[in-house]
Formats: sequence, C-alpha cells, structure tokens
Amino acid sequence: MPRRRDHHDLPPSIGAQANAGALEDPALLRRLLRAKDRMDAASHEAWPVRRLAEVSGVSEAHFARSFKRAFGVPPHRYLLTRRIEQAITLLRDTDLGITDIAFATGWESLGTFGRIFRDITGHSPGEMRVEARASQSQLECVPACVLKAAQRPDLTIAVLEKRRRDADDTVEPSTREVS
Amino acid sequence: MNQGINVVGLYVDNQDEALAFYVDKLGFRVHTDVRNGSYRWLTVQYPEQPSFQLGLFMPGPPIHDEATAQTLRAMVAKGAMPPLVLSVADCRASYEQMKARGVEFTQEPTDRFGSVDAGFRDPAGNGWKMIQAPAGAK
Repeated sequence: MPRRRDHHDLPPSIGAQANAGALEDPALLRRLLRAKDRMDAASHEAWPVRRLAEVSGVSEAHFARSFKRAFGVPPHRYLLTRRIEQAITLLRDTDLGITDIAFATGWESLGTFGRIFRDITGHSPGEMRVEARASQSQLECVPACVLKAAQRPDLTIAVLEKRRRDADDTVEPSTREVS
Repeated sequence: MNQGINVVGLYVDNQDEALAFYVDKLGFRVHTDVRNGSYRWLTVQYPEQPSFQLGLFMPGPPIHDEATAQTLRAMVAKGAMPPLVLSVADCRASYEQMKARGVEFTQEPTDRFGSVDAGFRDPAGNGWKMIQAPAGAK
C-alpha cells in the first residue's frame, strides 16, 4: 500500500518552511481573500500591490508576504493564472482574434502574452483553441463558472523558473514579480 | 420525497453573523436552533425547499480540538471550502436585491450559453454561485 504523503515525507527544510508559512488568522485571511476575489473579478485590470493592500486594509509589505503564505503563490503570479484562464475561455468560446484576446485579458503586448501563455500551458494560444474546443463536449454537465475555475492553469512554479529549466538558465527575467 | 439528502452543513466563524446573513440577506428561515452548553445546532432552509436544511456550524469543541478548529476556520476564511450553488429564477433581479441588502458579490451576473450566474460570499468566506438556468433546461 502506498504510504500517505504528508509533510513527514518532505525534506526537513521544506517541512519546516511549510510550518513557518502557515497563516491561520481567520480575520486576516478573510481580508486577503477579498483582494483575491477582486483580482478574480477583474483580472484584466492592473493590480499593483498598493491597490491590493488597500482592498485588504493592510500595509503593502504585510500584504505581499501574507498573500503568499495564505494562497501559496505571490499575488502577481496568481493574477497571471487568472488571465491565462480567462484567455483560454475566450479562445474556446469566442472567435476573437489572438491579439484581441491578449488585450482583453490585460496584457500590454502580444509577445508577452504568447510567451507566458506557452510557458504556462505548454501550447500556443492557437493550439489551445483547437484543443479546448475538442475536449469541451464531455464537460457540459458541470456549471460553467465552476468548470472555468477548475481548468485554471497551475502556477505553483514561477513562469521564469519554468523558462529557466527549459532554456538551461540562459533567459533573463522579463517581468518583475512581487514575492 | 422521503429519502435523500436532508442536511448539509457549512462551517462559519460566527453563528449569529451567519444567521443574520442567511435569514436577513438571503431570505432563508431558521429550521432548528438548539444549544447544549457551548454547542449550537443551527440549521436554516430555503422556504421553497422544505426537505433540505443548510447547517451553519462552528468548528470547535466538543467536535474538534482547538488546533483542528483553527485550521477549519482558516480554510473557510481563505475560501478553500467546496463550491455552493444557489438556484434562482432571475439572477439579475436577485443580484440587485441582495446587493442592496449588503451582500458581498465576487462576480456580477454573467451570461454563459443562456444561463446567467453571479458569485457572492457569506461573511465567513464560503463562496456561492447563484445560477439562473437557461430557459427550457431541465
């Protein structure tokens, strides 16, 4: 029987980190969730830390640190997953062109959109359109909004980290990330 | 209906606050509200669905030790609990009404293939979708 995987199986450093990182104050978490909800509702908008911190009613430094402890990714990276999710939905459900989709989901350049889209999903936007439409039919019984969230791309490792692994550490950072 | 799901519970961090939210803002009514010491069994139901009760429960003793209760409160507060779906006849009308009562919406009414859905949270952090089925859907 496979052993249940819990933090005892992790290297000691990661286990200790996870313990130190757990954030359990419900009142603070609820306020951080509000900022996350606001990004969900308008992921095409710009969400500098100052704006998010204001929604949560905490200082900028406290916000950036706490958000990552609460949700496992820095706020900027969370926003990227939402934008890619939204782009995938538009690719699947509309006939909008790739450029239109890039701008509609909050990207300032088509190049950045295409590169990060490929980094995260492993496909170009055009390939994703074909694939998403092909696999759509069997999921018709799940409420559309729930399904959309379930198909959110997984961004537990940074985009840059993925790119570095692929390119063997030759790629310079092109976006600044708040951690 | 004599057999089927009768009670499903949510965790909330404050039962009085949850009660006010579900009754005053969402239009549920109290089904059962009984106490035994610090324990309080509280369920509400939707007037049009008398066979189903929604439990509004507090993590804590005697059911949970303090560390477990703390974790459950944190999970609710960061929106990690399962999705809940409220079925409505007119999503936009319900949205206007609930918003006027101070419900915290996370998503405005959105059309999706004939259905209309919106999203909101209860004060504890439980996330609801409010869905109006497409006309003629089963």
